[in-house]
Amino acid sequence: MTGAVKPAPIAATPPPGASGDGLLIQIDHLSRTYMLGEVEVHALRGISVSVRRGEFVAIMGASGSGKSTFMNILGCLDKPTKGTYILDGIDVSGLTRDELARIRNNKLGFVFQGFNLLSRTSAIENVELPLLYGTASLKDREARAIKALNMVGLGDRIHHFPNQLSGGQQQRVAIARALVNDPSIVLADEPTGNLDSRTSVEVMGIFQDLNEKGITVILVTHEPDIAQFAKRHIIFRDGRIQSDKPNPSPKLAADVIRDLPALDLEEPV
Amino acid sequence: MKVLNILISAFRALQRNKMRSFLTMLGIIIGVAAVIAMLAIGQGAQYSVEQQISSLGTNVLIVFPGSQNAGGVKGGAGTNTTLTEDDCIAIQRECPAVALLSPGTQAGGQIIAGNMNWATGIQGTGSDYLEIRKWGIEYGDFYTDADIKAAAKVCVLGKTVADALFPDGSPVGQTVRIRNVPCKVLGVLTKKGQNAMGQDQDDVVLAPWTTVKRRLTWFPYLRQILVSAATPAAIPVAQQQITELLRMRHKIAPYDPDDFTIRNQADLANAATATTQILTILLASIASVSLLVGGIGIMNIMLVSVTERTREIGIRMSVGARSKDILTQFLIEALVLSLLGGITGILLGVGGSQAISTLAKWPTIITFFSILLSFGFSIAIGIFFGFYPARKAAMLNPIDALRYE
Repeated sequence: MTGAVKPAPIAATPPPGASGDGLLIQIDHLSRTYMLGEVEVHALRGISVSVRRGEFVAIMGASGSGKSTFMNILGCLDKPTKGTYILDGIDVSGLTRDELARIRNNKLGFVFQGFNLLSRTSAIENVELPLLYGTASLKDREARAIKALNMVGLGDRIHHFPNQLSGGQQQRVAIARALVNDPSIVLADEPTGNLDSRTSVEVMGIFQDLNEKGITVILVTHEPDIAQFAKRHIIFRDGRIQSDKPNPSPKLAADVIRDLPALDLEEPV
Repeated sequence: MKVLNILISAFRALQRNKMRSFLTMLGIIIGVAAVIAMLAIGQGAQYSVEQQISSLGTNVLIVFPGSQNAGGVKGGAGTNTTLTEDDCIAIQRECPAVALLSPGTQAGGQIIAGNMNWATGIQGTGSDYLEIRKWGIEYGDFYTDADIKAAAKVCVLGKTVADALFPDGSPVGQTVRIRNVPCKVLGVLTKKGQNAMGQDQDDVVLAPWTTVKRRLTWFPYLRQILVSAATPAAIPVAQQQITELLRMRHKIAPYDPDDFTIRNQADLANAATATTQILTILLASIASVSLLVGGIGIMNIMLVSVTERTREIGIRMSVGARSKDILTQFLIEALVLSLLGGITGILLGVGGSQAISTLAKWPTIITFFSILLSFGFSIAIGIFFGFYPARKAAMLNPIDALRYE
């Protein structure tokens, strides 16, 4: 590992190895091939893309387009077959299992479609989970977990269990967990897939807030409505990037919520 | 991940499935309790055998006269008339390994006290006899060197004899007639119980050896000489010294056989101890099998737990848990199960052994060693049977684990 382990603050000089123009992700001719029995499946066929700090990217595509595989590689859960992936100045394509775990712990935060919280474990303990695998002390852990839960507006529910929280609240706990280690990137894989439209917009509002604060967000979705909140759209097709262009007019979640008809209270009080 | 954190999360994980954790531990609990109880029973048996053997006296050597040969007919051990008082004096003076010595004479006969009577053996002994045999006086006194010198008409009764002759009162100060010789009872011996052969050691009357020799039997030689060595290690030395001394005194030519035999308590003790040790090992190995079965139970449950918590493992990996962290977590869970089970089992085993002692009147002994052994065993089982499931968890692919339904 050449780069500093802790991500540098957004405005500060990038760590050594990173290019000076704020490039966070540099992917060059990246391929991923699976063996399904005798058959080779080319999930990704030579992708080149780069992401700067502070971007809000939506990755779209039909199922089987390779976007999930791409997300797994971005999240250091999977390794490319060919090509290079440089994350925050570190070439992660050649790292070992344990080194990748370290990267996931320090630089990445995950938000999943199914929330993936530990059941029968309180919100704060779920949020503390990444810190357990780092070096934070007990006191520090608690303070950071509370801070992260406050950021997603759940400061008053830190001791609730997942089954006592609504879907939107559970997803916010998951976002707090993704944020607690001050990651360079938050990766969200269909984060609104299990939520109704109003809650989806609320969750997207949280992502937009985080992005405003300088956190890079990469989002996988197949819903064009949801993608409208991102600033850049990358569309996958058959393992290749079909299009990659900025969103000229991203919608603001706050505006959308204001325009939604005021329904019955969704969140249990 | 720090050890304390892992411990806490292991306890939480086990708490979530209280019933299952308890049933898993039950295997270890029963195994450990069985090992402890079986060892306690075996060692109790060993102890009581040793106790019976040492009731003959510790570090004791018995010198018997040899066989009497009359025209090729051998009379058997103890029939010869070779041991004398002078031999005793010489042994005491010239064998430094000998601590105490008591000449032995014997008579048998009817003992009469008032309208009661009892047939028993009369042992003539020296004044150190009780000390050599680690025996005590329950009440009254033992005879002294002066009584022995004077061949005084005194005696001390064994518990059985005292109970038979004086069922309702203290015999001390009373007179009993031994073969029509009136003897004053000085005291009563403490109860010693059966010896290793099942004979009642309390069915005896002790009298000064001189009294038996001069007033009862008129047999001028000694039937035996009871000798105690200073320490257990000195037993063979004492045996050697006595042999050399007696051969010299009895003028035995270099290649001729001894005209006496020396018997040694240690041989008997060793044989009996070996037998009970085998018993202990046998019992403990049977109990260990149940401990092993308990270990397999742990492995089974841990494997179920790993499968059931695949998604949790995936989540932990996605937030940065390394294989090592997952391995440690599941290993610690198995270890906590087996350790808690082990500790409970130790308590249960100790309690069970006490119950056996009280209810079945069977002596049980719990040694620190047996507790340490079962404790160590349960740790080893936790690690051994926990490792495979833990490794299985640690080797999971995070993507597959996250998708697992």
